[in-house]
Amino acid sequence: MIKLQHVAMSYGGKELLSDMSLSLAPGSFHFLTGPSGAGKTTFLKLCYAELLPSAGQMTLFGKDALGMTRDDIAGIRQRIGVVHQDCQFLEHLSVEENVALPLTVSRRPVNAPELQELLGWVGLKHRREALPAQLSGGERQRAALARAIIMSPDVILADEPTGNLDWEMSLRLLSLLTELNRMGKTVVIATHDLNLIRQAKAQVSARVLRIANRRLQHAGADL
Amino acid sequence: MRAPLSLLKSERPGADRVVPPTGFTARLTLLTAAAMAFLAVFALALSLATGRLADRWADSLARSATIRISAPPDQMEAQVAAVLAVLKTTPGVASDRVLGNDEMKDLLKPWFGPDLPVDALPLPKLIAVTETSEGVDSEGLRLRLQAEAPGAVFDDHTRWRRPLVAAAERLRLLGLMSLVLIFGAMAGMITLAAQAALAANGQVIATLRLVGARDTFIARAFVRRFTLRGLAGAGLGVLLGMAAMAALPSANEAGGFLTGLGFSGWGWFWPLIIPPLAAIVAYGATRFAAARMLRRIR
Repeated sequence: MIKLQHVAMSYGGKELLSDMSLSLAPGSFHFLTGPSGAGKTTFLKLCYAELLPSAGQMTLFGKDALGMTRDDIAGIRQRIGVVHQDCQFLEHLSVEENVALPLTVSRRPVNAPELQELLGWVGLKHRREALPAQLSGGERQRAALARAIIMSPDVILADEPTGNLDWEMSLRLLSLLTELNRMGKTVVIATHDLNLIRQAKAQVSARVLRIANRRLQHAGADL
Repeated sequence: MRAPLSLLKSERPGADRVVPPTGFTARLTLLTAAAMAFLAVFALALSLATGRLADRWADSLARSATIRISAPPDQMEAQVAAVLAVLKTTPGVASDRVLGNDEMKDLLKPWFGPDLPVDALPLPKLIAVTETSEGVDSEGLRLRLQAEAPGAVFDDHTRWRRPLVAAAERLRLLGLMSLVLIFGAMAGMITLAAQAALAANGQVIATLRLVGARDTFIARAFVRRFTLRGLAGAGLGVLLGMAAMAALPSANEAGGFLTGLGFSGWGWFWPLIIPPLAAIVAYGATRFAAARMLRRIR
């Protein structure tokens, strides 16, 4: 699905990531950890082609990332659900409209009962008409998760999804993500919360990747 | 034309809502389109009026001529009679009339004042000739007059009719050029407004791209919004412009200079093409701005 071979990423002449090799298999669960500023967000941005590698080879669903057109990238993003720490909503649209946005932009019909079911699954049915600014941090993250999965993507990338949440809400979001993984979705969560990783490893077979010194390391069971 | 028209109906409920509805660019576009359409109504009126003026001058002057007879006093009567006799047998002459002293006085009043002693001056005699629609063979008539009345000179007004008609034609061209410039300025201002809107909505564009929107979708959302604003603004401007034209003093009250300025008859329908034209201009301008901006933003 997503394959990196000796990928490096430079910005402004400075190398942020180097020699990264990884293959994300279907149905796998990954944690991406490392200190703040290690390059976790940059790595995720590479995975959904927000950034392109400056060296090495990266393929997304069999396509060479460097040869992709804008339309190719848009197509790839319909197969990858992204949950940002800051959620990135359209603030003038309701929760319901924001969640349905991937369907709107890809000109697919919105199935109202399915949308309500999804909002119910993330516990936001009663908040469907609210504006994003009216939501709490946990509600925003769950709305972002609902938006990320509405197209039934193959991969879900979550960048510090629990960064602004209390422990209880973090566990609730984690359980939603592990449930998606059980449905066969590939999940990658960037986080520096080791407690969350330990909690997840009790529920699901998760692989932990660590970024340190600009390189990707497989952390194994030392967490 | 099909593309701007297809924009009028939204392809999906919500698709056109992805662009935030308000902002100064919305008001700017509306105001620009309204102001330009208002000016376009006047440019169109000027163009149509000068066109009518040129036609009228060309037509009325083409059908009138003057014969001037300069002769010694003792021969004047005979030469006038000879000219009238020639005119009676000339094809294309509808009527002829010798101008009396009062009419001569009126003609000279602007230069010499009202107290000119016309009787005491050795003035030439003038005969006003009105031609039929077929017209007179000017050269043939000149030759006959030369033979019958050597002091008679036939003037069919060609010398000063041509520059007048040419001036009116140039005014018409100026009106049309003004229209082109007005639409060009409108395109420029809407392009700037669209660019500002796209720049101000960088976060919206980033979010739309994040969820898989193609650039054509994003561009279309902006283009639709600006096209409709252009259409609405131009509609408003045309309404105001037409009201202002209707409120202009009538030709009789305004005197000769303003004669015919404005629309008449079916001419009142001409301004109705301005809003669709403005919408097409807004469509093109926003498409250009959106394509350029989306190419630039990664």
